[in-house]
Amino acid sequence: MAMSEQEVFEKVQETMVEALGVDDDEVTMEATLTGDLGAESIDFLDIVFRLEKSFDIKIPRGELFPDNILNNPEFVQDGKLTDAGLTQLKDRMPHADFTDFEQDPDINKMAELFKVQTIVNYVMGKVNG
Amino acid sequence: MRWIWIDRLTEFEPGKRAVAVKNVSLAEEHLHDHWEAYPIMPAPLMIEGVAQTGGILVGQVNDFKYDVVLAKISKAEFNDIVVPGDQLTYEVVLEHMAPEAAAIAGTVRKNGEIIGTINMMFSHANNNMQGLDLPENFVFTGSFQRMVEPFLENANG
Repeated sequence: MAMSEQEVFEKVQETMVEALGVDDDEVTMEATLTGDLGAESIDFLDIVFRLEKSFDIKIPRGELFPDNILNNPEFVQDGKLTDAGLTQLKDRMPHADFTDFEQDPDINKMAELFKVQTIVNYVMGKVNG
Repeated sequence: MRWIWIDRLTEFEPGKRAVAVKNVSLAEEHLHDHWEAYPIMPAPLMIEGVAQTGGILVGQVNDFKYDVVLAKISKAEFNDIVVPGDQLTYEVVLEHMAPEAAAIAGTVRKNGEIIGTINMMFSHANNNMQGLDLPENFVFTGSFQRMVEPFLENANG
């Protein structure tokens, strides 16, 4: 049975509370994982593990949180994503909102793409096909 | 004192679960500082015991080729104290295994009764910290290898 965005959000919220030790009211759709919720690198994997269990889905490596972008010189120049890098990232992350980021694709701002909404979008795509 | 916070593995199912026991003795130095008038087993050392049990479980999956290091304690709750003479049992179940890391769920029992639940994650240091020039196999030293060997011999033979 299809899940509504609200149903998915509530389970994602619970996952964030358990994985990051934050309060549930901190986990809003707009909250960024690293900036607002204090996630560190190992937490991203913890989140992936927990989402897999909680939603009974498989999350292939690099699909929710893409890897092998920042270490590719074709995709990064002078601390910013190149056009090719941006295209690649958008292609790999159809679940993220690039409106702000593409104005200034500074790699230090890339973390802002990882919001609770990003995860909800991704999971919606998985559970509802 | 050796940094070994489990006495013996009592059950070992490769890739699935492991159980270790730890007997708490008043001969242990640290109990006299924690505290002299009322010695109790420090919770962080029980967490370490679970980490060592879990580390062996996770490390064995890759034949101890990777150094497994504790990366995150997601949860650690205890609802009772432990004193000299108590026997602790640490049961860990492998929940997730990925090339770069693993997650386990642990249970602490005191004389058979559950007193703690611990969830933690391990990182495969050699996969994640390339360039740090880590010494080869600095985690799984002789004592841990000897603990698990009887179970692996049984499984193979």
